[in-house]
Amino acid sequence: MEFFLSSMSVILRGTGVTVKLTVTSLFLGAIIAVFVALAQVYGKWWLNFIATAYERVLRSIPILIIMFMIFFGLPTFGIRFDPFIAAVISLGLRSSAYQSQIFRGALLAVSEGQIMAARSLGMTGVQTFFHISFPQAVRFSIAPMTNEFTIVLKDTSIAYALGVTELLREGTYIVSTTYEPLLIYSMCAAIYFVITFGTNKFVSIMEKGFAIPGYEVRGVERG
Amino acid sequence: MKLLEVKNLKKRYKNKEVLKDISFDMDKTETLVVIGPSGTGKSTMLKCINRLVEPDGGQILLNGQDVIKARRIEKIRQRIGMVFQEFNLFNHLTVLDNVRIGPLKVKKLQKSVATELAMENLRKVGLASEAKSYPAQLSGGQKQRVGIARALAMEPDLIMFDEPTSALDPELIGEVLEVMRKLALDGMTMLIVTHEMGFVREIADRIIFMENGEIVESGTPEKIFNAPEKERTHQFLNQFTKFWREK
Repeated sequence: MEFFLSSMSVILRGTGVTVKLTVTSLFLGAIIAVFVALAQVYGKWWLNFIATAYERVLRSIPILIIMFMIFFGLPTFGIRFDPFIAAVISLGLRSSAYQSQIFRGALLAVSEGQIMAARSLGMTGVQTFFHISFPQAVRFSIAPMTNEFTIVLKDTSIAYALGVTELLREGTYIVSTTYEPLLIYSMCAAIYFVITFGTNKFVSIMEKGFAIPGYEVRGVERG
Repeated sequence: MKLLEVKNLKKRYKNKEVLKDISFDMDKTETLVVIGPSGTGKSTMLKCINRLVEPDGGQILLNGQDVIKARRIEKIRQRIGMVFQEFNLFNHLTVLDNVRIGPLKVKKLQKSVATELAMENLRKVGLASEAKSYPAQLSGGQKQRVGIARALAMEPDLIMFDEPTSALDPELIGEVLEVMRKLALDGMTMLIVTHEMGFVREIADRIIFMENGEIVESGTPEKIFNAPEKERTHQFLNQFTKFWREK
């Protein structure tokens, strides 16, 4: 029992790091993603080209290689990050590529007609974006973002490779002293599961709270 | 001075000339109705007037002010209301906010003033009781009446209606036409594209018959319906009467 409790406290410490890693990466990703999506939807052709190239490249590289390039590669130019920051940047950049596509789709789901109506009232492009497109696009993004959250959460375990003491690494430390790999890794797995499951539940409740009354078909204009 | 003057308006999409050489004008309080077969550029013409579609040539004057050369088209759009076939209400906003957002965010009126203005116009279209509803909770006819209230709340010089009843079920058309009829009586200047011939006959001060991007003929309802000069106008209107006779 004592063994269980002491392992548990170490694992919970790791869980804290995992959650911090997930949230900061998603946040970094979200900020970049908005700009990438804006460039793709509203940008001139060259801006669109740069954003699309960024998004395609980051989506095509394994996350471990991105991490190694940033953590081991950048010091070549004298740029050094500690493992946690390197992991956040890597996960954030990669997530920004995926989140940009979520947000781009959401922006495009706001009907052309509503944009036209806003312009016909005399709104500028910027006003139209902030009053009409953005508030709706954010709502359309909530559901697909759950998926992205789950992916980033699970991929934080790859930060293990940089030596970040997140959930998996803490678990591995315990395994190395207790020789109970199945038990300990099962505990880690259970924690990932609980976080994912809990978050999904939380988001679906939030989604209902933010839903537009009567408007159930997401992203589809009804006559 | 004319309220609206359109001179030699031209628009082409790639190889297709959508508007060839459109010229007409409107007086204040006039109800001008544009009729004609589908795909003849009626809708494009309306959108050129407030430059939701950029014209390729010609001149448009609103109260003498050049619309095409205007630096800030937003200022001019505030004075030209538009009602769309597909309503185009803002789905995430309540009925009240749909109507209030223009006065509030574009004209920058105080919130209490904008709210009063919005409610007044919702009363005009008979929907004050739905102020807290969302568009998806309304019927098509109600949505379109909100669309009209939204345009009215900007207190425009002119309202353009782009086939306002074409997306409605037949039983919902009446309530929208009723609102438009009232507006006409109130002296609103209206430029309407529609296929509702009975309504046109009753409400129009003047009718323009358009085909293939050109104005074929224009005149009073009596002239257009009873004694059109051009054979093409006669044929077009005949389709409608024949259709009704067969029914």
